Amino acid sequence: MDPQQKAKQEAYQKLVKEHSPKPNAWKHVMWAFLIGGAICVLGQLMLDIFTKLERTETEAAAATLAAMIFLGAVATGLGFYDDLAEIGGAGTAVPITGFANTVVAAAMEFRREGIILGMGSKMFVIAGPVLVFGILSGFIVTLIRALLTGLF
Amino acid sequence: MQYLIAFLVGGTICALAQLVLDHTKLAPPHVLVGLTVLGAILSGFGIYEPFVKFAGAGALIPVCGFGNAIATGMLQEVKRLGWEGLFTGAFEITGLGVTAAVVFGSVIALVSKPKD
Repeated sequence: MDPQQKAKQEAYQKLVKEHSPKPNAWKHVMWAFLIGGAICVLGQLMLDIFTKLERTETEAAAATLAAMIFLGAVATGLGFYDDLAEIGGAGTAVPITGFANTVVAAAMEFRREGIILGMGSKMFVIAGPVLVFGILSGFIVTLIRALLTGLF
Repeated sequence: MQYLIAFLVGGTICALAQLVLDHTKLAPPHVLVGLTVLGAILSGFGIYEPFVKFAGAGALIPVCGFGNAIATGMLQEVKRLGWEGLFTGAFEITGLGVTAAVVFGSVIALVSKPKD
């Protein structure tokens, strides 16, 4: 490639860079807000239903999480959640439905590598770190709290 | 009103996570882990519970609610059993969700045709 053409190409690349839309940060954030918020509204609906059905608040919260995980799992199985994630970004990843999505999507994807070595070992490929560090941090803060408040 | 608060609070947490994703080199798992740890720590300080009272599902559904559920379960079990609770409590509340994810995930993966 002669230098003149190279310079031309570089100039063109620069032009493309200038004119291509900026990664549209605010649009991403707005969609994350709207979709994440909408999922939480759905969760609130579940919470209201389970608060009437269950005996304690903890049970109602646990049932709500399970219901949302069920919905996230089914939506992933149908391929709907991944379409939603294209628009929603963190709005679909951060709610607990996103946790279900990572587990189910990994299970589906790695299924072809075998049921034990694929599905079984890679199901928690993304959700695993959340569990590990959730448990570690919970362990540490609870230990400190129990020591300070004399629970032992 | 509770629905509006849940929408605004849950949406704001997701929007903040999106901001972090867009403006740092962190990948989604980093952000999810960060939120979970944050939820567990706030729970340990006793801040998350009033936050749940205020925001309802807006505080429970984002993954920081998962961290809160881990720490809350541990504290409950420590009160009930003593130190053993530190080791049994993590799944006291979250076990239901984790098991649900494993069961639904396995069933769906086994019945659906693998995509190419």
